[in-house]
Amino acid sequence: MLKRIFVYPYILWMFLFIAAPLLIVLWFAITDTGADGQTVFTFYHVARFFRPAFAGEPFFQRLYIVVLTRSIWIAVLTTMVCFVLGYPLAYALAKFFGHRSILLFLFLVPLWMNFLLRTYAWMTILEQNGVLNALLSLVGLPTIDILFTDTAVVLGMVYNFLPFMVFPIYSVLKDMDNSVIEAAQDLGANRVQVFFRVVLPMSVPGIISGLTMVFMPSVTSFIIPNLLGGGQFILVGNLIEQQFMRVGDWHFGSAMSAILIALILLMMGFIKLIDRQPRNKDGPAEGVLY
Amino acid sequence: MKKIKFVGLLLGLGIVLALTGCNRNENIIRVFNWGNYLDESILAEFTAQTGIRVSYSTYATNEEMHTRLTAGGGGFDLVFPTDYMVERMIREDLLLPINLENIPNIRYIDQRFRGLEFDPHNVYSVPYKWGTLGILYNTAMVEALAPGMVVDSWNILWDARFGGSIFMYYSMRDAFVAPLKLLGYSINTTNPDELFAARDLLIAQRPLIRAYLGDPIKHSMIGNEAALAMVFSGCAMFTMEFNSDLNFIVPREGTNVWFDNMVIPRGARNQAGAEAFINFLSDPEIALRNTLYTGFSTTNWATFALLPEEIRNNPVYWPSDEVIDNSETQVHVGEFTATWERAWIEVLAARP
Repeated sequence: MLKRIFVYPYILWMFLFIAAPLLIVLWFAITDTGADGQTVFTFYHVARFFRPAFAGEPFFQRLYIVVLTRSIWIAVLTTMVCFVLGYPLAYALAKFFGHRSILLFLFLVPLWMNFLLRTYAWMTILEQNGVLNALLSLVGLPTIDILFTDTAVVLGMVYNFLPFMVFPIYSVLKDMDNSVIEAAQDLGANRVQVFFRVVLPMSVPGIISGLTMVFMPSVTSFIIPNLLGGGQFILVGNLIEQQFMRVGDWHFGSAMSAILIALILLMMGFIKLIDRQPRNKDGPAEGVLY
Repeated sequence: MKKIKFVGLLLGLGIVLALTGCNRNENIIRVFNWGNYLDESILAEFTAQTGIRVSYSTYATNEEMHTRLTAGGGGFDLVFPTDYMVERMIREDLLLPINLENIPNIRYIDQRFRGLEFDPHNVYSVPYKWGTLGILYNTAMVEALAPGMVVDSWNILWDARFGGSIFMYYSMRDAFVAPLKLLGYSINTTNPDELFAARDLLIAQRPLIRAYLGDPIKHSMIGNEAALAMVFSGCAMFTMEFNSDLNFIVPREGTNVWFDNMVIPRGARNQAGAEAFINFLSDPEIALRNTLYTGFSTTNWATFALLPEEIRNNPVYWPSDEVIDNSETQVHVGEFTATWERAWIEVLAARP
């Protein structure tokens, strides 16, 4: 009985701060304020997102669709880069550096600083007369100019969201039962086989939460494209920010948010499909260790 | 049981804290201003003089401020809208009349800034600062990219020789000033054909510009990051102090002359405190510190008289009557705002 008391605050919390806001967004998305100030149900704002500017405009050239596909592309790119960088890092942290390593600590330190500040710092680093180019010309290399490009946006996102990829994978790898790996080695698997047939399949849950935790903030971010993209690469997050902060059209802003949420749910469902293999409770996926 | 007691204790403590928080009947005003728009050291002085504490927060555009106020997240006692936004807020019944008897320092506000079109009898607004929109340029970089070039027209922002070396101001109404003036149209156009022609010019300009930026333009121009930038006169004054290569002009086609004002939004909880603060900001000495700190032109004649001569004679700080007569002030475009917004998003979404 006593234990249950401690659950209620969380249920209340989840309702107030997770379920209720989502419901409010949904409510605004499918309503509009009529001429006489009354609230009316309509899918006008949802449809507005997909509507062509002129009859027969190809689907993928429509204004908001262009921005949406661009956002998804940037987010997918960010997620892939984070995975390629993050998995080896998580592996190294878990396998070679022990549990209380200074490396893990150093990896966490930047997170203590404000997110905006870290992004502003990248502006100073990347600008034409910035820190990076000063260093490059010091060692006689040609300078580069990537601020206000999609490269800078992806770089900023990878920098900010990499920990979200590393930590879930790290915690899965860290807790992995070593005897399973030893068993594989005993049965004659070489190092490559051990990695691809034992370690990698067993870390899939960590990979999946890493992928989702990077993809979601990337696809909705608006501060990073604003600062590092210089308005050159507006993403769907910017469109939503614009509606709420500048235009004040909450219905259209909510409709866009709802469309984005639906899309993210779809993609998460798709990722989950990869994880559908039957799995023993505390072992690797069945059929991996034959 | 022990745990229950502990939770009860925490809850009780929370309630006590919450209640004392509400009951502290403090004299406080909530001020919502543009970023970098006053010398924040004067806030403590105001508190020392009057005993009124100031909760100070900032915004980047008129639209952002308007949305915050109307979305119910307001609770502000004093905001600083520009001319067209004052007009819109009056029309939407968002402002409280100001009791000028509480603002004796209004006598220092120059007559030329009082009774302007958006609030003809200054019922709702007290003038704060004013200025123009123009081109900030780096004389050395312009000379290097286009020798002999005279910067005097908006069309330089479409000159391919400056490709990748142009910053545009990240604000809908202001970004459209350049193409509309270049085409000879009003900056307050409600004609879709004129607006779309301006939009097409901005889209054609996209490959040439380095970025659409807000306040970070100042930092970038001081650091020689681009040759040209669309900025407000006050921002130009600020940057020119740090980089002697920088200069500012108002293009010959004319521009937007704007006036920012102090207004008290409906729903303010401390109107008397807000009026005391308006009076404080209208004090010649305080206004002098503000104008020197921000670079934005004062509306206070007594402050103007106190300024050093080189600032008074600086056309960036104090443009001539010809410049002003050749320009327009923004007015609220009403229902047509939606068309503007659509055109603006089309500009931003265009692939550079």
